[in-house]
Amino acid sequence: MSKRQRFDVIGKPRRRVDGRAKVTGQTRFADDIVLPRMLHTKLLRSPHPHARIVAIDASRAAKHPGVHLVLTGRDFPVTFGILPVSLDEYPLAPERVRYVGDPLAAVIARDEQTAAEALDLIDVEYEILPTIASPEEALARPDVRIHDYNDHGNIHRAQAYEFGDVDEALAASDHVFEDIFFFEGNTHLPIEQHAAVAAVDGEGKLTLWSSTQVPHYVHRQMARALAMPEAHIRIIACPNGGGFGGKTDICNHEAVVSRAAMLLGRPVKICLTREEVFYMHRGRHPVLMKFRTGVNNDGKITGMHLQTLLDGGGYGSYGAASTFYTGALQTVTYELPRYRFEACRVFTNKPPCGPKRGHGTPQPRFGQEIQLDKIAEKLRLDPAELRLGMVAQPDTLTANWLRIGTIGLAECIRQVVDRSGWKDKHGKLPAGRGVGIACGAYMCGAGLSIYWNKLPHSAVQLLVDRSGQVTVFCGATEIGQGSDDVLAGIVAEMLGIDPFDVRCVTGDTGLTPIDLGSYSSRVTVMMGNAAIQAAERIRTLLVDAAAEALQALPERVVLAQGRVFVADDPGKGMSFREAVVLAESKFGTLGAIGSYTPPKPPARYKGGGVGPSPAYSYTACVVEVEVDPTTGWIHVPKVWIAHDIGRALNPVLARGQVEGSVYMGLGEVLMEEQVFRRLPPKLSHALVHKAPSMLEYKSLTALDMPEVDTVLVEDPDPNCPFGAKEVGQGPLLPVMPAVANAIFDAIGVRIDELPITPDKVLQALERKAKGENPRVGPDHFPDVPYPEPMRVPPPWEGGDGNAVTAPGRSAGRAKEVATP
Amino acid sequence: MNDVNLAEVEMRRNVRMVLRVNGEATEVLFAPYKTLLEVLREDLDLPGTKHGCELGECGACAVLVDGEPMLSCLVLAVECDGRSIETVEGLARGSELHPLQAAFADLGGAQCGYCTPGILMTAKALLDKDPDPGREDIKQAISGNLCRCTGYQQICESIEEAARRMRGGGADSAIPTPSGGAKA
Repeated sequence: MSKRQRFDVIGKPRRRVDGRAKVTGQTRFADDIVLPRMLHTKLLRSPHPHARIVAIDASRAAKHPGVHLVLTGRDFPVTFGILPVSLDEYPLAPERVRYVGDPLAAVIARDEQTAAEALDLIDVEYEILPTIASPEEALARPDVRIHDYNDHGNIHRAQAYEFGDVDEALAASDHVFEDIFFFEGNTHLPIEQHAAVAAVDGEGKLTLWSSTQVPHYVHRQMARALAMPEAHIRIIACPNGGGFGGKTDICNHEAVVSRAAMLLGRPVKICLTREEVFYMHRGRHPVLMKFRTGVNNDGKITGMHLQTLLDGGGYGSYGAASTFYTGALQTVTYELPRYRFEACRVFTNKPPCGPKRGHGTPQPRFGQEIQLDKIAEKLRLDPAELRLGMVAQPDTLTANWLRIGTIGLAECIRQVVDRSGWKDKHGKLPAGRGVGIACGAYMCGAGLSIYWNKLPHSAVQLLVDRSGQVTVFCGATEIGQGSDDVLAGIVAEMLGIDPFDVRCVTGDTGLTPIDLGSYSSRVTVMMGNAAIQAAERIRTLLVDAAAEALQALPERVVLAQGRVFVADDPGKGMSFREAVVLAESKFGTLGAIGSYTPPKPPARYKGGGVGPSPAYSYTACVVEVEVDPTTGWIHVPKVWIAHDIGRALNPVLARGQVEGSVYMGLGEVLMEEQVFRRLPPKLSHALVHKAPSMLEYKSLTALDMPEVDTVLVEDPDPNCPFGAKEVGQGPLLPVMPAVANAIFDAIGVRIDELPITPDKVLQALERKAKGENPRVGPDHFPDVPYPEPMRVPPPWEGGDGNAVTAPGRSAGRAKEVATP
Repeated sequence: MNDVNLAEVEMRRNVRMVLRVNGEATEVLFAPYKTLLEVLREDLDLPGTKHGCELGECGACAVLVDGEPMLSCLVLAVECDGRSIETVEGLARGSELHPLQAAFADLGGAQCGYCTPGILMTAKALLDKDPDPGREDIKQAISGNLCRCTGYQQICESIEEAARRMRGGGADSAIPTPSGGAKA
């Protein structure tokens, strides 16, 4: 990588390369695609949360005028799934539906209206099965099995790890804090509804355009679901109208329109309704958590025992990975000498949960940061000072064998403390007003792919021709975060040209080398490193040819501002295009590839593949709140946030990611919830979504959004392109607990569950007035049958990263899981 | 089969109407139940206008009808006979971006770009009435447009910057950046 410290493109605020298309309405999202002879699809979705399909008769629908095809589960004999360990979904359910909204038939017709009419003509006979509505019910009713491929009852995954003797550590501690927290589920709510168009090309091969964040994984799974060779399938990820993790799973409708197009020989489209997007879900898991944390009087943590229970919904989705993530990254923020982590995900009859921004880590972060606030209060320490005193150390291994590189967290804490006036505010504002602080850390790309392989995680191909045109190909997917801009910016910096002179071809499995997708905050680091390698190879050829023509030493030749010239004699040089012509004359057609594979993780125990990353980003956040004691209303006037980004490639976009994270975090802490209720038995007893609309699923409007003071802390990380870490997910993590802690500072009550709504505030204030424990939150953690922990000595207790005991029965098979 | 199809066509007779969109009068044939949103996207080949709910909840489909921002998913196209409709496709003058478009592209007002057309049109209606709105006026004006990416701050700044440029403040002001450069 370039060792230069002065850049022409990197670090400069500038218009994103795809900005013009977005503001002129020219960006082509999946539903904007219209093809000749295109047909339209509607899905029949189950009205029952759990039922056996006794019979389906689609004959009336098939005869409806304008209907071209009706598909049912019989047309899809093979299951699919995003993770190899849970290939548990059918494109259309053949014999069992597992949540209200589970699709079981599809109508393809001349228009949406006709398809919708025909759905009413499909006759389905259901045998209603008992419904599992909660994790407690899932554990209590192992006889009512939602799936039968899992080991026991409705336990999808159960695992336990112990890194050093935690009981011993806690027994020797000055204090042990025990707290239970609950994080309610919520959903991504991208403004763009999922859409897909499938078409058969002139060679009889399939092309699928889809609003997906992961075209490569969709490619693999379409081949499986359709029993077609991958080489005959082309997946084009359209720019996503927001993703946030909601478009990282394989979608039923992607397989449905693909099969329909292959059968009919005509293009077939679907666009989900907003209500269907709520059923598609794959969002934040509801997680119940229990923390037992040992602390000494100086505020140092001695050990932690964390138990989590995840409500997974009706299918596996990313759940096996999500389960790991409720614990795996707890060790990278603060020093933690010993750690025991037990996690369990259960199936319930609700839409499947999966990854949402922060994937599995916001829930335990919420718990730990509130618990730290309680610890600071008890020990009479300043919560910011407490955190400063235990920030994890750079270039170390954690208790669970994750390698940490650079850490800018201490600087982040100092920045938000100074800028917010923390020292004059915490504990000192008038009643009803308060400030809270919290921190977080996130990975910059999952260290392992979701399927086991030794292949690169990202690849970039670069073509340069005599016209001076530079085209860069990469499978990475633009979901709004600016991945095209990162790609163009890096190539432009390396070749000394303008980002707008780079043409990006991305997210197309038929044209672009493989990138695993836009998830786990991996794109900047992995695609960026691959782009640097490809560009460096082209640069070497240009420099070689130019140096020869200029009669200069190659190491003195510079590429900058569209020119190729001699460093100490800038007049001696040529245009970029002239250099390309020389190089093409000398070497033949110019092309280069670059690829990136993350460093091998140090952990050797099974399950150690979830959590490793080339780098970790860090964030600190201070939130100020005003709480009205009569209404319980929480107002947030201002948020201060500092993010350790390594280096900001385009500060405009980086800041947008931070502010967008604050926005989404405030939604999660104050109002957003994906929750369900049982209909009365006389109405069916179904378990239905409480708010499957954008009006009822509350999210912040412009009027609710506070001012955000954003600081980007730049401490370039050697594993990252130009030192740049992630910024899309990490800044979300501290927002929710910072609000909870600010509420305590304002009115002296603890709300240990999300969302924190006015009714909970009033309930807590009422308890406070009565002299009871002024807290609202879960008070019971059920008896979860976790397996015996796999014991792995932490690095400082003489281990080598291997387990010293055999894994528990359900704890194995982790190596193939790895992920986002 | 043919008879059935013909009867169907008869039953679903389309309406014919002249719609004035972005200053151009266009004759269009469409099913009478279609919303303005659907006719713009499906019958007039103007997919720049987006949809996020088709229930009047998200604001993504906002267009201007006689200069007023309206949710095109809640307006029947048959109601628009003789009215002037403006969409995002009509904002730029030739290849020159409208100041709102330029500011959104420059200042991070558009991330995924999906809510952007609706917000641009809503903001245009605001600036057409008030060339110098305060931050609270801007927030009020776009409070019916949901955005999941930006947190609205860069959107508000984009609208303020566009207003400034439209009042003659020049087009090359510094792009606001976060406080950067802090070294760990």
